[in-house]
Amino acid sequence: MTRRSAIIWLTLLAVAIVLPWLFYDFAHHRPAGFVISMLSQMGMMIILALSYNMLLGQAGLFSLCHATFFGFGGYSTIHFLNAAGAGELPVPTELMPLLAGLSGLGLAIVFGAMATKQRATAFAMITLGIGELVATAALMFHHFFGGEGGVSTDRMIDQSLFGLSYASGIQVYYLIVGWTFVAALLMWLQTMTPLGRMANACRDNFERAQFMGYDPRIVRFLQFCLAGFFAGIGGGLYAITYEIVTFDAVAAPLSANALLMAYIGGNMVFVGPVLGAVLITLLQSGVSLMSNSWLIYVGVLFIAMVTFAPAGITGIIMAHGPVWRAGRLSRLILPYLRLVVPGIATVAGFVGMVELLSFLTIGAAAGKHLVLFGSPIDANTAAPWAIAIVLLVVGTVWLRFEARYFARVWESVAGSVEARA
Amino acid sequence: MTGMPAIRLADVRKNFGATEIIRGVSLDVAGGERHAIIGPNGAGKTTLFNLISGRFPITAGSIELRGQRIDALPPQRINRLGLSRSFQITSIFPRLTVFENLRCALLWSRGYRYSFWHLLPRARALNEATEALLRDLNLAERHDLPAGLLSYAEQRALEIGMTVAGGASVILLDEPTAGMSHSETEYAVALIRRVTEGKTLLMVEHDMRVVFDLADTITVLVYGRVIASGPPSAIRADRAVQEAYLGAMAA
Amino acid sequence: MEVLLVSLLNGLVYGMLLFMLASGLTLIFSMMGVLNFAHGSIYMLGAYFAYESTRWIGFWSALLIAPLLCGAIGAAIEIWGLRRVHHNGHIAELLFTFGLVFIIGRSVQMAWGMLPMPYRVPASLDFPLFTLYGLQFPAYRGFMLLISAGMLGGIWLLLKRTRVGMIIQAALTHPGMTAALGHNVPLVFTIVFAGGCFLAGLAGVIGGNYQSTEPGIADAMGPIVFVVVVFGGLGSLAGCFIASIIMGMVVTFSVVIDASIADLLRPIGIVPRSDDLLGEILTVPVARIGALLPLLMMVLILFFRPRGLLGTRDT
Ligand SMILES: Nc1ncnc2c1ncn2[C@@H]1O[C@H](COP(=O)(O)OP(=O)(O)O)[C@@H](O)[C@H]1O
Ligand SMILES: [Mg+2]
Repeated sequence: MTRRSAIIWLTLLAVAIVLPWLFYDFAHHRPAGFVISMLSQMGMMIILALSYNMLLGQAGLFSLCHATFFGFGGYSTIHFLNAAGAGELPVPTELMPLLAGLSGLGLAIVFGAMATKQRATAFAMITLGIGELVATAALMFHHFFGGEGGVSTDRMIDQSLFGLSYASGIQVYYLIVGWTFVAALLMWLQTMTPLGRMANACRDNFERAQFMGYDPRIVRFLQFCLAGFFAGIGGGLYAITYEIVTFDAVAAPLSANALLMAYIGGNMVFVGPVLGAVLITLLQSGVSLMSNSWLIYVGVLFIAMVTFAPAGITGIIMAHGPVWRAGRLSRLILPYLRLVVPGIATVAGFVGMVELLSFLTIGAAAGKHLVLFGSPIDANTAAPWAIAIVLLVVGTVWLRFEARYFARVWESVAGSVEARA
Repeated sequence: MTGMPAIRLADVRKNFGATEIIRGVSLDVAGGERHAIIGPNGAGKTTLFNLISGRFPITAGSIELRGQRIDALPPQRINRLGLSRSFQITSIFPRLTVFENLRCALLWSRGYRYSFWHLLPRARALNEATEALLRDLNLAERHDLPAGLLSYAEQRALEIGMTVAGGASVILLDEPTAGMSHSETEYAVALIRRVTEGKTLLMVEHDMRVVFDLADTITVLVYGRVIASGPPSAIRADRAVQEAYLGAMAA
Repeated sequence: MEVLLVSLLNGLVYGMLLFMLASGLTLIFSMMGVLNFAHGSIYMLGAYFAYESTRWIGFWSALLIAPLLCGAIGAAIEIWGLRRVHHNGHIAELLFTFGLVFIIGRSVQMAWGMLPMPYRVPASLDFPLFTLYGLQFPAYRGFMLLISAGMLGGIWLLLKRTRVGMIIQAALTHPGMTAALGHNVPLVFTIVFAGGCFLAGLAGVIGGNYQSTEPGIADAMGPIVFVVVVFGGLGSLAGCFIASIIMGMVVTFSVVIDASIADLLRPIGIVPRSDDLLGEILTVPVARIGALLPLLMMVLILFFRPRGLLGTRDT
């Protein structure tokens, strides 16, 4: 590891340690509870997204059953904790995530042996089937999965390496920070190993890899197993945090979330999924509280990213690298500023339309009141509809115009940078 | 020469659907020999390479590498036995850097296999070997460029480099100079000569100057059959070759 | 015995419905290499459109209007969506249809709400067709069989007798060759995608009042259709057909089988305990795990025959 990357890693660790104390709850003399729970959630999601990206980004494998290993790690941890609580398993809490990872690994070996026979689209279909299989089984079998109610435990098993009780959220949070750090570091190092590199190679051109002595299927299999291991660790942390694991932890929406985080953050750069996990966790806890139309926004965001920015947010940032190094970034300021107003108008109009519509069909029936952008709104009058439509239409047309201008400037700037290089 | 041929094909046949593309090819390539295969387009030269290297299964016959049957083995196993091939249509890892492309090609032969416990930046000998090869290919300046962004001739050089990197003793090159300018071709020939020193070389080539320059033995393949095989002087004088080959070329 | 016969018929009805969906999915996949995750969503749209046109015009018109609308939506998706992301690679295409699932799912909820729609079997078909050993077989199911058999014949004629059909057939077995032969590939893609969506819409019309018309049906039908396609083998319409019928039968029969693996073991003297996981798996009645069986079968076939029943190629 170079010195520079060591500094970055340690800085991130320090930030994670300090962060909850910046949101101090003076009434209760401890860091604010909701911040801790959100940060804890972020930690698990970072592990989930990074491990998912070992498949999507590193190996070009589009998996739809990643939550299976996360959830399985979670279920297993509940049982491990229960066994430890009953005095049958002398493993400290701190090492429970490792057991969870091994559980995830075990399951990944079984399913990986089937799924990695294929690649590309067939692989996606098979993993979809595997994910559904396990999710359906989780609802049906009670001994391991607890059926609909899930399984629960008490994390205070009184076995700790450091004498901690894990009664408070902050202690659990630091456990999560520790494991997230270790898991992320290991996954980062894995990208620099022969297996990690050959996963990239097989992603780009599996046939050539074969003619260099490698069996792409074994590369895929090993990569899949390692991803399952790390996902399991994330699931273990989930179980310790919530002390209950239900069907949600293995179900398709969580797998989709892993995909979403990795893709939106950017799957071609190691930190991409981290960014995606942080962003999606923030958005989800923000938007889904306010609106039940979360999924439509996700869908639109997703399609927009796939169409216009397939390399994700980090990809967009990276594209500015050469321009920045050439000292031309200032030429992009004006075009960016000109995108802001029409952009906001379009988004506001779209959100307004979606919220008004869904209020009429769903919200009103549930007896709720519509509140948009901080003010109460009567969906039965014409004004809000008119405003939303005008914003949407005018915003879209204007945005297209500005986008063309932006594209022109971008081309010329990027072109001149390239010409100099 | 050791007596046992490096590659031996015995009555090899290949059908695609109902059409027989390779129609009973028998061929011996002696160890250390530079052997060129020539023939008109569609004669089945690339297909023959695909059969030898394990990309497609053969329909009938047998293929041996230094006396060992390889016709039922997958490509990676054949490669591990010391046979490496290049592709007529450049086949590299476009999103990896030039350096990474070459290093990947070295990994298996250096014993790293599927390791996820070695850190590549610390693999001193491996990295030095890669750098050396990079200089050999005259690609040192392109070290960190994604391979997909190389010029055509540079990609062809990389293709050759990746083929020889693993230290295979039998090298198959499929039209290594196709599409190159005169000077690029000259450079490529010198490169091929240098990197295949002491190895067995089997190559498909259209450029007759290259063929007569490099090859010890020439085999002429027309419509899936060998119509002549021998030293360049004999092939040059062979009337059947002149008629069949030149006739087919003109058609 | 009577149960067996009626279940056989019901299984056939369900299997044909599955085939209507799966055939479109297989065609789209084989031609374009795109796995349309939104196929179940199109099916759902078909059901809702059918409900609306039944409400305003009548059931018989729905048989045409809903599939046409779905086909048009499919064409629009292909032209303005998929074609644009095509150059970003296969994963981008998969992700695109994945995003559509969210959008269509939520849009349907926004337009029609969360509750099931009163989309009913038309009165003219709402009578028992015949009575078998005291069990009635509804005429509507006979009608469903008729429609799906008609579709099967239609597809067959289309593939065998038309130019587009020939190209599609060629592309099924030799992907990549069609472009080389100079056909207007984008147009063929649009036709295939729209055609697949048309079939999904048609399935929605006859499935919407057979099952129910509510926002959950896309998620309910989506996975099983995938299972059918994988089970039958990618790139094979015949495999797809066989798999559809098998899955239809399995799902229908599993509902009426009250036995468990333990019942099979008992005669040979093995009586599993029921208080551990293995015991639970062995003693659970088949009827309760019906939804699990197709998935299990898929996983098993992939283990023993990675290409599926009649698959011609890997990916
Ligand atoms: N995968 C394949 N499927 C069907 N036909 C093929 C395939 N590969 C090659 N062919 C056919 O085999 C013949 C020989 O091709 P090829 O070996 O590429 O010729 P050459 O390299 O000598 O120009 C051609 O007619 C070609 O169409
Ligand atoms: Mg050729």
